[in-house]
Amino acid sequence: METVNYLNNGHGLKSWLLTKDHKRIALLYLVSITAFFVIGGFFAMLVRLELLTPAGDLLSSETYNKMFTMHGVVMVFFFLIPSIPAVLGNFLIPIMVGAKDLAFPRINLLSWYIYVLGGIFTLVAALSGGVDTGWTFYTPYSTAAANGHVITAALGVFITGFSSILTGLNFIVTIHKMRAPGLTWFRLPLFVWSHYATSLIMILGTPVIAITVLLVAAERGLHLGIFDPALGGDPVLFQHLFWFYSHPAVYIMILPAMGVISEIVQAFSRKNIFGYSFVAFSSLAIAIIGFLVWGHHIFVAGQSVYAGMVFSFLSFVVAIPSAIKVFNWTATIYRGSVSLESPMLYAFGFIGLFTIGGLTGLMLAAMGIDIHVHDTYFVVAHFHYIMVGGAIMGYLGGLHYWWPKISGRRYSEPWAKFSALMIFVGFNLTFFPQFIAGYLGMPRRYHAYPPEFQVLNVASTLGASILAVGYVIPLVYFAYSLVAGEKSVNDPWGARGLEWEIPSPPPTENFTVSPIVTEGTHQYMHGNQEVGLA
Amino acid sequence: MFTNFPFFPEQASTQAAQVDGVFFFTMAVTAFFSLLIAALLVLFAIKYRRQDEDEIGAEIHGSLALEMLWTVIPFFITMIMFVWGAKVFFDAYRPPRGAMEIYIVGKQWMWKAQHMGGQKEINELHVPAGRPVKLMMGSEDVLHSFYIPAFRVKADVIPGRYNVVWFTPTKPGRYHLFCAEYCGTRHSGMIGWVEVMEPNDFQAWLGGGRPADSPAAAGEKLFTDLVCITCHRDDAQARAPQLKGLFGHTVRLQGGATVTADEAYIRESIVNPQAKIVDGFAPIMPTFQGMVTEEQLLQLIAYVRSLGEQTPPPSAAPAVPAPPGPGKD
Repeated sequence: METVNYLNNGHGLKSWLLTKDHKRIALLYLVSITAFFVIGGFFAMLVRLELLTPAGDLLSSETYNKMFTMHGVVMVFFFLIPSIPAVLGNFLIPIMVGAKDLAFPRINLLSWYIYVLGGIFTLVAALSGGVDTGWTFYTPYSTAAANGHVITAALGVFITGFSSILTGLNFIVTIHKMRAPGLTWFRLPLFVWSHYATSLIMILGTPVIAITVLLVAAERGLHLGIFDPALGGDPVLFQHLFWFYSHPAVYIMILPAMGVISEIVQAFSRKNIFGYSFVAFSSLAIAIIGFLVWGHHIFVAGQSVYAGMVFSFLSFVVAIPSAIKVFNWTATIYRGSVSLESPMLYAFGFIGLFTIGGLTGLMLAAMGIDIHVHDTYFVVAHFHYIMVGGAIMGYLGGLHYWWPKISGRRYSEPWAKFSALMIFVGFNLTFFPQFIAGYLGMPRRYHAYPPEFQVLNVASTLGASILAVGYVIPLVYFAYSLVAGEKSVNDPWGARGLEWEIPSPPPTENFTVSPIVTEGTHQYMHGNQEVGLA
Repeated sequence: MFTNFPFFPEQASTQAAQVDGVFFFTMAVTAFFSLLIAALLVLFAIKYRRQDEDEIGAEIHGSLALEMLWTVIPFFITMIMFVWGAKVFFDAYRPPRGAMEIYIVGKQWMWKAQHMGGQKEINELHVPAGRPVKLMMGSEDVLHSFYIPAFRVKADVIPGRYNVVWFTPTKPGRYHLFCAEYCGTRHSGMIGWVEVMEPNDFQAWLGGGRPADSPAAAGEKLFTDLVCITCHRDDAQARAPQLKGLFGHTVRLQGGATVTADEAYIRESIVNPQAKIVDGFAPIMPTFQGMVTEEQLLQLIAYVRSLGEQTPPPSAAPAVPAPPGPGKD
């Protein structure tokens, strides 16, 4: 007879759609962000296919512009930003702090519904004719000239922002108030630290983007003069407001992935992290300094040279805590007991690709180089190394690591290794050529391009095809594991942490007895010391 | 189809080598640290691979000395990048005195250029080698960005204001001109060529063009056609400020504030005359927004500028000399 767990405790659609269990809500998010990932990926494939040839011959210019716009909007706002926090964070944070649920379970469910509502607005905008502003909604094009349903798409982004804010709020309150006895701040898993830092950005930054896109809608719909110079507005003001959120938003995407990598590196080296407090505080440093670097997006927009220098300086400073993390992860593996199972392969991929993404970010922070590569494919390559090579690698690594806990089943390890390799190869073949194309001067968002860039674009499209296959394979073996996967024990990896001491899948209330914590996670020398568990 | 594909852009301006210099330095740093991390990961993964199922790692909690080392060293390396990058940027946006000026107007989806001799071009720009060229750029509609990869120069072109970019071409030839800021449907069609010519050829090209009015002459004609002249007269009874000797000087405004009469000020005074009222005058000027194109605005500015070199009649002198200094051109 099967024991009662959160998956079989209640059947039928209603038991899922009205659930207040953070683990079930995490799965609602998992399904919905996967759907948006597939949609966003479809748009990306059309973009890459168009760019196989220099002439704009597959799609019309207007359609092409709508494709890259929808790709950006869907991937940023409906996949990357919610991905790790809303799925893995939702599932794991209450367990990692030894609690039965998040502080506000109803608000947690509400935030999923808000996310879905925002998503519907965006899909309606996409299906009823699309938007061609670029995901950045730059004014005055978006308010005075753009084709398509800008207001609907803007409202979608506005609405989904509240989902972020509520999730961040829930995490912060949970981490402050619901830690188990003995679980001091410096015993928290680094995954929790990184989500704490992420939540701060969600709460402080998201209202700014919400107001900004609302102002765009107001100017487009009501002709209030805010950004359009023809109405007495200032177009560069929009860029300040937009990047005040959207640069920190990059850290909303990457910080949770860093938290995942910290967990995986410890588990698969069977060794506690090197320099715990440096890794923990670097997350907070990134969250705080990250709010002060937005001006590096507008070096060539006629911003004062002195303002530019301040933003450039701070952009270099914000790179240091990221470097600290990379060095500490590497040092953690030193003299570990290293096992290269699929989550660790993703972690290795993350560290390598994030290092390249971060260092090319330094090039963009250097004002003299930015003159040349700003708004070229160099920037496109850089942020895909961070968002795809970093955030998605982290997300997939985390999904593989915690899948036995989430589903109670094991997936096919050989297939997982194979797809991790395909994703790594496909990713590099897609985006490395774009660094070269960018330095050669190929501007981004070009429907047609001069023929000398074709070789690089063909390589990129080929890589994207490999990448797409690499992403489909896990969908198949994860789904297959649900029906035919071997049942997982509590702790399939021999890792340490509260989540590995409870059954897989966990019971609805997570802990039958409230745990008492006596030391931090991943203390392999001492065995399991979190006492109070059956 | 795959012939002639380069992997590094041509260097065709004095600035190109400067930008590439910082780039090569940062690339060396990037390659060094990426390879270092990758090598360590592979080395550790092999050397410390798990030998039996129950094996655990060594107990190491950290090292303050190492943390300091890998905080301070990267910080100093990034500061080299910062200072070097800022220096290149500084030079790139400070045009030297005496640079040859050309007006650029971006509009969906073309680049219009206007030389001081009156030659006009669309999606082409002819410039001489070896001489600094300064572009003053405005936009007719949305954001654009003027980008010549071979020169390593770029500046956004923004409606309602003027941005400046400058370069000294070094090598005769034809180079791509791109719009780098997304501007709508035919953004990727907003491209053209920059033709760098030997100075002699350029002189011949200037002379060979069809005779056209210089921007200042065209501006003077507009000034009459739009009857600006009715109020902006040369005598003391004029209802509007005297324009002779105005450009480049400080203007005292109602309420005591002052402003330097540069391109942005003249432009604002035409499209939004109520924004700044000159001390001693009534706010009676109507707006000309929508009545003059960006090109015509540039012509009117060129005319007002040409008047700036003349001395105003002593009876009506609203302007006081501007203080010397590195003011924005």
